[in-house]
Amino acid sequence: MKILVCISHVPDTTSRIAFTDNNTKFDTKGVQFIIGPYDDYALARAIELKESTGATVTVLNVGLAETEPTIRKALAIGADDAIRVNAEPVDSFFVAAQIAAQAKAESYDLILMGRESIDYNSGVVHALVGTMLNIPAVSPVMKLDLDGNTVKMVREIEGGTEQVEAAMPLIAGCQEPIAEWKIPNMRGIMSARTKPLKVVPPVAVESGVKLQRFELPPPKGAVKLIPPDKVEELVHLLKTEAKVL
Amino acid sequence: MEANTKRAIKGGEFLIRETQASEIFIPEDWNEEQRMIAQTCREFLEQEVFPRLDEIDSMKDPGLMPAILDKAGALGLLGTSVPQEYGGFGMDFNTTMLVSEVFGGGHSVAVALSAHTGIGTLPILYYGNEDQKKRYIPKLATGEWKAAYCLTEPDSGSDANSGKSRATLSADGKHYIINGQKMWITNGGFADVFIVFAKIDDDKNLSAFIVEKSFGGITMNEEERKMGIKGSSTRQIFFNDCKVPVENLLSERGNGFKIAVNILNVGRIKLGAAALGGSKRSISIAIDYAKQRKQFGTEIANFGAIKHKIAEMVTRVYASEAACYRAGQNIDDAYAALIANGVAPGEARLKSLEEFAIECAIMKVHGSEVLDFVVDEGVQIFGGMGFSAEGPMDRAYRDARINRIFEGTNEINRMLTIDMLLKRAMKGHLDLMTPAMEVQKELMAIPSFGEEAEGLFVAEKRVLANAKKAGLMIAGAAVQKFMMKIADEQELLMNLADILIEIYIAESCLLRVEKVLTQKGQDAEGPLTEIAMIYLHGAMEKIAACGREAIMAFAEGDELRLMLLGLKRFTRIDPYNLKNARRKVADYAIAKGQYPF
Ligand SMILES: Cc1cc2nc3c(=O)[nH]c(=O)nc-3n(C[C@H](O)[C@H](O)[C@H](O)COP(=O)(O)OP(=O)(O)OC[C@H]3O[C@@H](n4cnc5c(N)ncnc54)[C@H](O)[C@@H]3O)c2cc1C
Repeated sequence: MKILVCISHVPDTTSRIAFTDNNTKFDTKGVQFIIGPYDDYALARAIELKESTGATVTVLNVGLAETEPTIRKALAIGADDAIRVNAEPVDSFFVAAQIAAQAKAESYDLILMGRESIDYNSGVVHALVGTMLNIPAVSPVMKLDLDGNTVKMVREIEGGTEQVEAAMPLIAGCQEPIAEWKIPNMRGIMSARTKPLKVVPPVAVESGVKLQRFELPPPKGAVKLIPPDKVEELVHLLKTEAKVL
Repeated sequence: MEANTKRAIKGGEFLIRETQASEIFIPEDWNEEQRMIAQTCREFLEQEVFPRLDEIDSMKDPGLMPAILDKAGALGLLGTSVPQEYGGFGMDFNTTMLVSEVFGGGHSVAVALSAHTGIGTLPILYYGNEDQKKRYIPKLATGEWKAAYCLTEPDSGSDANSGKSRATLSADGKHYIINGQKMWITNGGFADVFIVFAKIDDDKNLSAFIVEKSFGGITMNEEERKMGIKGSSTRQIFFNDCKVPVENLLSERGNGFKIAVNILNVGRIKLGAAALGGSKRSISIAIDYAKQRKQFGTEIANFGAIKHKIAEMVTRVYASEAACYRAGQNIDDAYAALIANGVAPGEARLKSLEEFAIECAIMKVHGSEVLDFVVDEGVQIFGGMGFSAEGPMDRAYRDARINRIFEGTNEINRMLTIDMLLKRAMKGHLDLMTPAMEVQKELMAIPSFGEEAEGLFVAEKRVLANAKKAGLMIAGAAVQKFMMKIADEQELLMNLADILIEIYIAESCLLRVEKVLTQKGQDAEGPLTEIAMIYLHGAMEKIAACGREAIMAFAEGDELRLMLLGLKRFTRIDPYNLKNARRKVADYAIAKGQYPF
């Protein structure tokens, strides 16, 4: 069995967010980058499947050379080899097209990725790749088990869960608790630099979306505390000052 | 990026030579693999340790600590110093220090882990014969077996060679029978293997033995109730006719004290590294609180008094870190040189550490005292919440304290630095005489300002060169005065040690900043020059105070006056607005929300 895990290279969740170039570019100065946390779950499940079924795991990232440490971390966690599509991941459609192009060349049984990346959070790459490859795409998947050629999954839905099944090949957008994040061990870290990391050029894709600019949420204003016995005053202020009533 | 220009440097030589920034290793030089290893240690703490600090310290489940060690072992983190042929990963010394640093934030787990991988495992690795290494090291490297180190006894602490534990050969010559009592044994409660120091018959010196718990004749008291690191197992252990096969004598008869001392060299510098990890964690927690806590209508992080604390905490840790890895790299380089000369790996490790024993002791003292400073100011930043047993500073404050006591108390280590320095000078290993005489001559001459050198920090380097002269002047005069009796002048030795320590740390800090600025130029991040200046000014003040105290303790009349004048001249430093510098450093750290480097 062949598993492809698509990982994003995203700022650590505690990073301070700032923009440059007229608010059109994320300021990466001093920012620590990590494997997208949801992708990390997908990778962890893939490694478990590798351990239980002997599957091979390939990781794929669409990004420029600076993402290689992140890719090598995935190799340290246990992936067998890696592909880096040498291009800036401009938008979801572009990324999905790159993944689809790579996946077409190698027929993977399972394509796992996070349900969304935590930088731009569009959450549609799995669906787009599914459409491009004409195979099922399921997300967000909290549990994923194999039964022969069938994949049994549990999806999170509003107020509950849903159990679905599909035959491979298949794409899943993953989230916790599908597996526990894996910490790379010493052996993995030491073997990461000798595992194959193939750099391929991107396929040409016409992107329909153009980024205009980013805007940070307005800074939080001062807070007025109204004692609980002064409900009237609260209503008054909401009407006259906050003008929300 | 310019390459490191390396040459064989001697331990203690920093006092008499000018080191170039390009010669030292700085933490900014960590490669991707080393950073990944550090990250693995961090993730391990976050996943396995931080969520259960209370549970660990409660000691309710005696199986918890060994289980945590097992998990570290499964990740390979107990075998970083162990060569691959014995089931480890054969990392260089500085990388293993980085591992110690990160784990240093792990409270009781840090102590359990370092006792196992350091004083527990290394005696066998460095002194064991092939058979002993094959039998024990692979199991210790994975954590299948846990180790403890039994040197201290109720009546033998700092005076480690005075222990009463005895080993006698059995009638059939096949076993040593060990009897004695050991105290304060870390990991004692669950260890499978004990490195035990005892004297064979009426020997003057200790011998060391590898003792398995399964040999029998081992009993222990309940867990000690301690001020801090409460989750780390600490036991009194009794050996009652414990039968140890003769093959388990480590190294040679009478070699135990040497083993103990040399293993402590590693322990000391690694304790310095671990203290960095603890310090960084406390700084980050304190900054986080200072950004949230409001008084007088504003976050307390906006107050100058709090900024002063944050800047000092950050600066001292930055400086200690610079020195720690500078020394670590010196040890690695010395090791590589020995290996190139055909020395066997185990012996090369020991020799390289012994060469830098002065630096190891310096890092132990400085690291542990910076940590205590940091947690103390951390408590202060938290105010009443700092004193709450439910806040995070409580544990940090209590756990930090042990570091000034074990691995040789800081008093013992201070005395050792000077003792070793003077011994090396007497043996002709380090030429302190020539520069000390030159300082004497300079004292009588009219001050010259020398030629104007070029480059970064010219004035600051001259300040450091002068600080070294101050140290040499006082040490030289003291040795002349007291000769061999100088050992009885402990107060003086303490002063000299402080001068030596401050010189080493201030120089390392300055060189680190210089190297970063040289490598990165405009792209260098953070108020680095300010950090170098803050540390240097603090160090010079301390050197001046210690120097004065030392001189007044033994000089009289004209000599006293001349030396005090000389000290003034050698500790002069141009004014610098430290308040502004501290504000910049604090603002940078506060914006980053954590220890920022
Ligand atoms: C939690 C904990 C864990 C430990 N783990 C271990 C372990 O795993 N294995 C092990 O073998 N030991 C261990 N120790 C023991 C530790 O190394 C000793 O406590 C330490 O060496 C000091 O010895 P002592 O307690 O006997 O103090 P003492 O030697 O009695 O010292 C008391 C004071 O006198 C000072 N002093 C002593 N001699 C001199 C001198 N010549 N000149 C000036 N001042 C002096 C000391 O600096 C100190 O301030 C541990 C201790 C603790 C508390």
